[in-house]
Amino acid sequence: MIDHLPALQVVIPLIAAPLSALFRPGRAVWLLAMAACGLSLLIAVLLLDQVLTQRVISYPMGSWPAPWGIEYRIDAANAFMLLIVSGIGTIVMAFARPIVEQRIRLPEYKQPWFYTAYLLCLTGLLGIVITGDAFNVFVFLEISSLSSYALIGLGRDRRALTASYQYLIMGTIGATFILISIGLLYVMTGTLNMMDLAERIPAVADTRTIRAAFAFLTIGVSLKLALFPLHLWLPNAYAYAPSAVTAFLAATATKVAVYVLLRFFFTIFGVDFSFGTMRLDLVLLPLALVGIFSASVVAIFQNNVKRMLAYSSVAQIGYMILGISLVSVTGVTAAISHLFNHALMKGALFMALGCISFRIGTVQLDRIAGVGRAMPWTMGAFVVGGLSLIGVPLTAGFVSKWYLIVGALEKGWWPVAVLVLVTSLLAVIYIWRVVETAYFKPAPEGRVVNEAPLALLIPAWTLALANLYFGLDTSLNAGVARTAAEMLLSVGH
Amino acid sequence: MQILGLYNYWIFIVLMMCGFYVVISRGNLVKKLVGLNIFQTSVFILYISMGKITGGTAPITVDQDVVYSNPIPHVLILTAIVVGIATTSLGLALVVRINEAYGTIEEDEIHAQSEEEAL
Repeated sequence: MIDHLPALQVVIPLIAAPLSALFRPGRAVWLLAMAACGLSLLIAVLLLDQVLTQRVISYPMGSWPAPWGIEYRIDAANAFMLLIVSGIGTIVMAFARPIVEQRIRLPEYKQPWFYTAYLLCLTGLLGIVITGDAFNVFVFLEISSLSSYALIGLGRDRRALTASYQYLIMGTIGATFILISIGLLYVMTGTLNMMDLAERIPAVADTRTIRAAFAFLTIGVSLKLALFPLHLWLPNAYAYAPSAVTAFLAATATKVAVYVLLRFFFTIFGVDFSFGTMRLDLVLLPLALVGIFSASVVAIFQNNVKRMLAYSSVAQIGYMILGISLVSVTGVTAAISHLFNHALMKGALFMALGCISFRIGTVQLDRIAGVGRAMPWTMGAFVVGGLSLIGVPLTAGFVSKWYLIVGALEKGWWPVAVLVLVTSLLAVIYIWRVVETAYFKPAPEGRVVNEAPLALLIPAWTLALANLYFGLDTSLNAGVARTAAEMLLSVGH
Repeated sequence: MQILGLYNYWIFIVLMMCGFYVVISRGNLVKKLVGLNIFQTSVFILYISMGKITGGTAPITVDQDVVYSNPIPHVLILTAIVVGIATTSLGLALVVRINEAYGTIEEDEIHAQSEEEAL
């Protein structure tokens, strides 16, 4: 049993997905989905524990040996990602039930299908992370993307449909670029196994085909992770999707794309090729900086709070890419650590917004006046998440910002460090706008608002408290991230 | 001569660019999906060309020495075809919903309606 954990990690949510479509609406289907998510989280914890002592787990799928069959290969980097994805998946699933029953565009008898799509999305994301086969990445990428288009389209606002359509177009173009890249790699090396690819690419690296594969991959993955200026699908998709979906996707989907970037650039193409020959850092660094700055500024002027946080997500992705473009252990540690911390803070923030829209039906800034007094617990979670987003000491957000600034200073790039600080101040402005409106503006007369139900508050506060906990105990979000970064940077040499 | 010999790769590039252009230039949501479909289909040709060997037969093991085409790219692309079908059908389902919600599938008309809503 314990030997088959890598397979079960993906298979459990995959089987639970069609099963949940057979259920009637109600508590039972949610319990099934919850059990599937909980089991994946348990498996992810066990795998991380195993990897930290044994370094690498290689699992031949269906017992077909590695270069021919599909290999699942788990090391510190993807074990950490599995933990993020399954952890967020579980907490948001706990949050989802009231949202599914009241806040999505589905007739009651179709409600179990929400869980089907959600579990398929989880399967896809876990699969991308765990697999050691390049083509398998594409297949799982499409599983997760297709189900996320369906999930986004469930938003109540009709603009959710157009947002989902736009994401479908952009996402498919991105995925097709990745497919072309994998094809070109296969034609030059004759293998799809990531370890095999890493061994064989150096011999043929100086060809136009490999360089073209590299370029297609960079563009394709950048579309999926919403790197500025390829982020245009993201704000609408996050703003109009149901709040449980936004919390789940914001905390996991783009992070998994960042992981794919890390895996391909560092493990498969190798550090020397990606950053030595191709000088990718010279492309990523300016895009990351412009993305961080412009998205933070745009966020300040948004009236829909969900949309505001979506732009903030684009900026946060910029921080991760900035960490990668430093190409040092500290920089990559910052990036991986920010993957984790950003999942915690955005999960908490979007769930707090979900509580607000559950009670007052909107998250327009002018409509949430006075909510701070009517829903103190909800706004409390929002404030904690906001502080972490800004990067205040003693919160998780501080840890990754710290590493990022140290990484920039190690290189002597002090203007970059200054920019990280300045953009954190921009985050103060947009979070403050929400806090000011919610606490200090009078509520509209005659509006009676109650605190959100416990079923929503408990998951939101779980993540909010996690932001505080991981601000103090950094053994996971800095320690394991550093192990993963050292592993990624040494493989290429 | 070499350029002509690689004609299937040229077809791949031309089809890909045609599809991509349709996705970008058309405002009709169904036409965009058709473009996206052509764009995806072009990649199928790329993969199938990769596996083909001139004079190669089907990959069936027999006693004599025979040249056969590499079946793996062909099998891979079977998966990608399935993905393409799923994408197209999901896209069309979304267009049906958009038509129900907005009464149009022209991008600029939808955009105009959304702008009015925002005011």
